[in-house]
Amino acid sequence: MLKAKYKTGLVFFPAFDWAISPTHPEREERLLYTQDQVIEEGIFDIKGIKEFKPEPVSKKDVQRVHFCVPDVKSVMTESHFISAGGAKTIGSAVLNKQVQKGFALVRPPGHHAMRVVRGARGFCNVNIEAIMIEYLRTAFNKKKVAIVDTDCHHGDGTQDIYWHDSDTLFISIHQDGRTLYPGSGSINELGGPTAHGTTINIPLPPNTSEKGFLYAINNVVMPILDDFKPDIIINSAGQDNHYTDPLTDMNFSAQGYAKLTEILQPDIAVLEGGYSIEGALPYVNVGIILSMAGIDYSKVKEPTYDPDSIAQSPEITRLIENTCKQVLSFWQQRKKIKESRLRDLQKFDKRIRTIYYDTDDLLETQNEIIHACSKCSGTIKIESSIKQGQNICAVHIPINACKSCIDMGYQWFALADKNNKFDKIYLQDRPKDIFLEGK
Amino acid sequence: MIIGLDVGGTNTDVVLLGDKGVLKVFKIATDPNDFFNTVLKSLQQILKGIKPEEITRIVLSTTLATNAIVQNKIPHVGMIVAGGPGIDPFFFKTNPYYFSVSGSIDHRGREIEAINYGEIEKIARELEIKKIKHVGVVGKFSVRNPLHEIQIRDILKKSFEKVFLGHEISGNLNFPRRIATTYLNTAVYPIHEIFFNNVTKSLAEKGIKAPIHILKSDSGTMSFEASLDSPSQTIISGPAASVMGAMAFAKDDDEILVLDIGGTTTDISLLIGRVPVMSPLGIEIGGHKTLLKSIMTRSIGIGGDSVVKVFDKKLEIGPERNGDAMAFGGLVPTPTDAIVVLNKLKHGCYNRSYKGIASVAKKIDISVEDAAYKIFDLAGKKIFKEASDMIDIINSKPVYTIHEIKKNYKISPKKIMILGGPAPYFSKHFEKLFKMPVSIVPRWNVANAVGAALSRTTCEVTLFADTKQKIACAPEEQFTKKITSHFTKKEALKIAIKLLKEKAIKVGAETNDLKTDVIENLQFNMVRNFRTIGKNIRIKVQVTPGLINGYDYLVK
Repeated sequence: MLKAKYKTGLVFFPAFDWAISPTHPEREERLLYTQDQVIEEGIFDIKGIKEFKPEPVSKKDVQRVHFCVPDVKSVMTESHFISAGGAKTIGSAVLNKQVQKGFALVRPPGHHAMRVVRGARGFCNVNIEAIMIEYLRTAFNKKKVAIVDTDCHHGDGTQDIYWHDSDTLFISIHQDGRTLYPGSGSINELGGPTAHGTTINIPLPPNTSEKGFLYAINNVVMPILDDFKPDIIINSAGQDNHYTDPLTDMNFSAQGYAKLTEILQPDIAVLEGGYSIEGALPYVNVGIILSMAGIDYSKVKEPTYDPDSIAQSPEITRLIENTCKQVLSFWQQRKKIKESRLRDLQKFDKRIRTIYYDTDDLLETQNEIIHACSKCSGTIKIESSIKQGQNICAVHIPINACKSCIDMGYQWFALADKNNKFDKIYLQDRPKDIFLEGK
Repeated sequence: MIIGLDVGGTNTDVVLLGDKGVLKVFKIATDPNDFFNTVLKSLQQILKGIKPEEITRIVLSTTLATNAIVQNKIPHVGMIVAGGPGIDPFFFKTNPYYFSVSGSIDHRGREIEAINYGEIEKIARELEIKKIKHVGVVGKFSVRNPLHEIQIRDILKKSFEKVFLGHEISGNLNFPRRIATTYLNTAVYPIHEIFFNNVTKSLAEKGIKAPIHILKSDSGTMSFEASLDSPSQTIISGPAASVMGAMAFAKDDDEILVLDIGGTTTDISLLIGRVPVMSPLGIEIGGHKTLLKSIMTRSIGIGGDSVVKVFDKKLEIGPERNGDAMAFGGLVPTPTDAIVVLNKLKHGCYNRSYKGIASVAKKIDISVEDAAYKIFDLAGKKIFKEASDMIDIINSKPVYTIHEIKKNYKISPKKIMILGGPAPYFSKHFEKLFKMPVSIVPRWNVANAVGAALSRTTCEVTLFADTKQKIACAPEEQFTKKITSHFTKKEALKIAIKLLKEKAIKVGAETNDLKTDVIENLQFNMVRNFRTIGKNIRIKVQVTPGLINGYDYLVK
């Protein structure tokens, strides 16, 4: 009889009654054929595989991560609460030791959602992995977390949320930003001054195939994970690197995804993008589930699978090897560079950015100030505005904050309160796990 | 007049129902080695003094197929499965003559790889040499397109007595379960066929022309003739008989927990609005997970005759049974003996029961009366825990739409109905344990046979339409229809209901007894390159389990 080597939990939430719009890639039909395949394969009957019912997340769960403008309810639909809840449910099941591994097959996705949320970017409103991680940190006292984002698009939202957090290693493998939305994710994006080096980007050229992905995993991701020694490994399991995906230009396969999962051995996987809903998703998802559970996946192949026709050129192989070499050398020098960055700074560091919400057509301007603290991750203040108004000021006190950073956070919050320029002010106090709002 | 006959593991109950209620009841011990004889004997008894033409309907519930499977007394059959991409079908091997062949269909029913005729012919020859007479054929996604199963059957049909196809057995997805179900169906067929021939012959000899029905695990019936095509549906009909027995006397639409306390086991099931709660996938039997539709039931190895033991100073009850209770001549103490000692049951030999319970009491250093109470209490508590677990499991079943999550409907029964031999003695105790009113089903000791007698004929139809491929099909019903790209969900539903009614009548339903409902009604826009190219429609309808018309008086 078929039996899982690793006890594996699944949350399956296809949201059969939710779409961004009727013909949008993020629509009711997206996981329909995956459901057909998963049920026809009898996956839920396999000994050691258990299906969990997702519990929607609470407002408090969301506010641990995000500053929602003007408020949580305005930027989220029921589906987002359940999708993030699916991730949270599966994360809890793993940390409760009900299962050894977990996979949340949920939609809508979340990895483009940044700390401040004004609407949808790249089909994402809230960051479902981050909501799960911050819940797990609080409820289970887990400190070091590694996120490996294997979606074809750069996980710019997750990167933004963990930019200043040296306890969270964020690695994104994606199609080169010069050729695909959202454009970011170059190898030089390495994190803020207090968390230099724990943001890692591995951009891969279009037409990268199994060989290239597995090379990057084996030669960069795995050695870095060995160094970092995370308490949990999370895979943002986007499936749009597939050779049939309509939105991207890569040549990955179900066999490749299953192998990648087998090498990476994530504790928790969360579905992100992937829009080849018939040709890829049914097979990729079955491949990932079997691989996580430690079951033979060698016969899980797309009907159109022909490894020779999607093999990558030697030139691509060379490009990938070069990128990987550079990324590794950045990792090896990270401590030295972090020290020198902190030394060069005058107490504070600044980021000024414009962020585009493509789905909702909003252009946001953000001024971010971080206390370049040598004792903790450093308190952050974000002032954000859009053309339509809604100026806000948001203060984030990190979970590992030192006393002076906590005090600074409350001072900034009090000061902003006196300032008439803001329509809303927010404070995230992660050590105390509270969220305050003003005006 | 209707005859209801329930062949249980310990006893066989038979009832005769007339216009005014139960006319006659009869109970004999089941002969596990000769079901036909057991059936024959009980029919003879109940028919004494009755004119054959007065009988209008006979319903049987038997454990024939169940026992054959559980005791592995089934003949060798052949299984041919076509998997295509996915989990290796080798993992779902059901029996020695099991062959995985080429041929593949995808989730929308499109042919991906054709079958290999030579390969099938070679297997056919091998099976013939082994003197195999019955073969099951199952393809992955055959419920979306049965082409390969039909092609394989056409190759096999000249050489084998009967070939069963996966898509004809259930319209539901789940390839491993379809394999297991088809296997069981193929394997119990010869046993069921002999039983069928014997019963029909002997009833004909008695001059009985009334239709014979057989109870299914979903608590509905099918005609005896129809059961030849799907004998596996008769598996585990016992709990269905008891839940229908309770339903026959259930006064209102509440959520009711039904407990049938038998000699060997207690079967737990649920009624909501006088409809039994169904299990989401299908029965599990003898290590096989199947697609056989069934009521949600849990069976716990605690009954009146369960063996009571002491292990390491701790009291244990069941799951095994070792003959009757000591009060009735058995050799080991049982909960029934505890009930006798507690003076709740006045039958049987008190002294023998006392002796049995005393031996238990001695091992745990308490008085005989205390030991009797402890046994009684433990049996009740174990049943209570099992019932609570079952409700928790139903309530934690995942759902796939926002609508259902928001609804967040949770089952919480407000009352209990109990039946079975020891039922009256447990009712007060259950009231305390469950903290809800408990009522004893009238005719509690034969209520299951009453339930079987009054069960309506049920069936299910699954329809699948794809307006891009311009096809609507219900493979289980051998139905395929060309449709236009404007085909709607409403039309699909109309076709499904029509197919359902036709099927119901074919398998034995009365035209005035077709209460139908829609189990699944989904439509998805299929979008490719940001353009809607068609609709994917999925409909599932059923004849709702319930009582046949005209027997509501039992409730009053």
